[in-house]
Amino acid sequence: MRNVYLDHQASTPVLPEVFEAMRPYFTEAFGNPSSLHQHGLRVREALKKARQQMAALINAESEEEIFFTSDGTESANLAIKGVAYANERRGRHLVVSATEHPSIMNSVEFLEKQGFTCTRVPVDAEGLLRLPELQAAITPQSTLVAVHHVNHDIGTIEPIAEVGRICAAAGVPLYVDCEASAGWLPIDVKAMGAALVSFSPHRFYGPKGVGVLYRHRKARIVSMMHGGVQENGRRAGTENVPAIVGGGLAAEIALTAMPERIAHTAKLQARLWKGLSEHVPYIKLNGPIPGPNRITTNLNLSTEFIEGEGQLLLCDLNGIAVASGSSCVSKSLKISHVLAAIGLDHALAQGNIIMTLGQDNTEADIDYVIESFAKIAAKLRGMSPMWEEFESGVIDSVIAPRGIGKSFSDHAAGISGKPAR
Amino acid sequence: MSDTYTLYNPTVMEHFMNPRNMGDLKDADGIGEVGAAACGDIMKISVKIQNGRITDARFKTFGCGSAIASSSMATELIKGRTIEEAMNFSNQEVVDALGGLPPVKIHCSVLAEEALKAALEDYVKKNPDSAKAQIAVAA
Repeated sequence: MRNVYLDHQASTPVLPEVFEAMRPYFTEAFGNPSSLHQHGLRVREALKKARQQMAALINAESEEEIFFTSDGTESANLAIKGVAYANERRGRHLVVSATEHPSIMNSVEFLEKQGFTCTRVPVDAEGLLRLPELQAAITPQSTLVAVHHVNHDIGTIEPIAEVGRICAAAGVPLYVDCEASAGWLPIDVKAMGAALVSFSPHRFYGPKGVGVLYRHRKARIVSMMHGGVQENGRRAGTENVPAIVGGGLAAEIALTAMPERIAHTAKLQARLWKGLSEHVPYIKLNGPIPGPNRITTNLNLSTEFIEGEGQLLLCDLNGIAVASGSSCVSKSLKISHVLAAIGLDHALAQGNIIMTLGQDNTEADIDYVIESFAKIAAKLRGMSPMWEEFESGVIDSVIAPRGIGKSFSDHAAGISGKPAR
Repeated sequence: MSDTYTLYNPTVMEHFMNPRNMGDLKDADGIGEVGAAACGDIMKISVKIQNGRITDARFKTFGCGSAIASSSMATELIKGRTIEEAMNFSNQEVVDALGGLPPVKIHCSVLAEEALKAALEDYVKKNPDSAKAQIAVAA
């Protein structure tokens, strides 16, 4: 059986050369970078080099603006809470886009319980931030605006340069979560007008266990992790040296390989969407069409009349690794908040699958996925009462309405007593 | 397959991959379709009833792996039972027969119980007199 990994948004394999670069830092160069002897000084140099490699990936002025954390979630927590608390005497209001990652949404929710307020700026049906509403949301009490570069679920590329201009005009620092874009799209913190940027090397062939936070030297932030004075006192705790070294090299490689990676994934993305739309009836692409507003690695699909977890399981049994934003996949039994924010019909959100491409995927892989997925959709539809009711005219399609029958949601609400969330 | 990992236990996976009694009954005596407000899953169970006993059952499910496995197992379990026995059917039987479900997926088995009971109610509603008589005979 062919194995096709289509979950690069979750993680990527470590490149062999990255793994080799990390190896000595487990055994010979094991020192603590805070130590003042040869062992410590040696790894301190290695961290400096990694900082330079990270700074180069995002066009930061200096490696001194790069801080290492344990992962993307910690970077996001530090950015949101660190800035909020550093500026709380000036104001206690934050502005975030409605489709941010849970590490940001839940940090904001925590702050709200501590008395801060937050405005969640809505997005349009493709996930693009509504800029006039962003502008209107900023108040004199606002101390931070957080808008991600690319959405982790639907691949929307946000108009960050314009967001940056709005923030600059209002004098409010901008935090840009680049978890879904770093290594796959050029990032220029200066052109973005970003005061803070976060990303993780394990999304671009580096190791897990390290996150990066860029902080412009003028952005005020307080530490969330208290202890020693590692990372200039911004983040206490012994650095994960091997992961940082590997992450730095992965960033350097990503910078060089980016044009090729973008071209390769763009070609596969177009092939995959064309194939699926031709071979699977009643399938919808969520987010912008492949092009300037969508990252080349992501396809977010809703296949009507069937549920996402079943699709995921059958894909997995066929060697295809995918993700899903269906309520059945989440432990809270709620659909992805991103799909809710773009106003996607609940039935379509439930039939959601996310495929994210990488450099090792081939055209033959894509053709196998198209062929297999068409069979999977047909198998699940054969089991689905909704497909049968669609075929007999009881319910209508959301994707391509025929004007016969009631909506899936109305039908579901009718038999369950209330609408699904 | 020793290095294959599965989201559910082997029994659940087996019922998901090769569901029993999937489909519709042409001349069903009772059909129940229910939805889970929590997650949005939908389950439909059709039953054939003769002399107060369920002689055949089929399901169709719009839902996750455990919802499909639950409806497959429920239709297996209820065949041959009297209406009265089936009216006392509990989702726990499905959970036990499947060798357990993750806590967040227990509601899938509840949906199977509800779909079965909706099918029986449909039968009783359509055949009020014979249903009563058949329950008496079977008892």
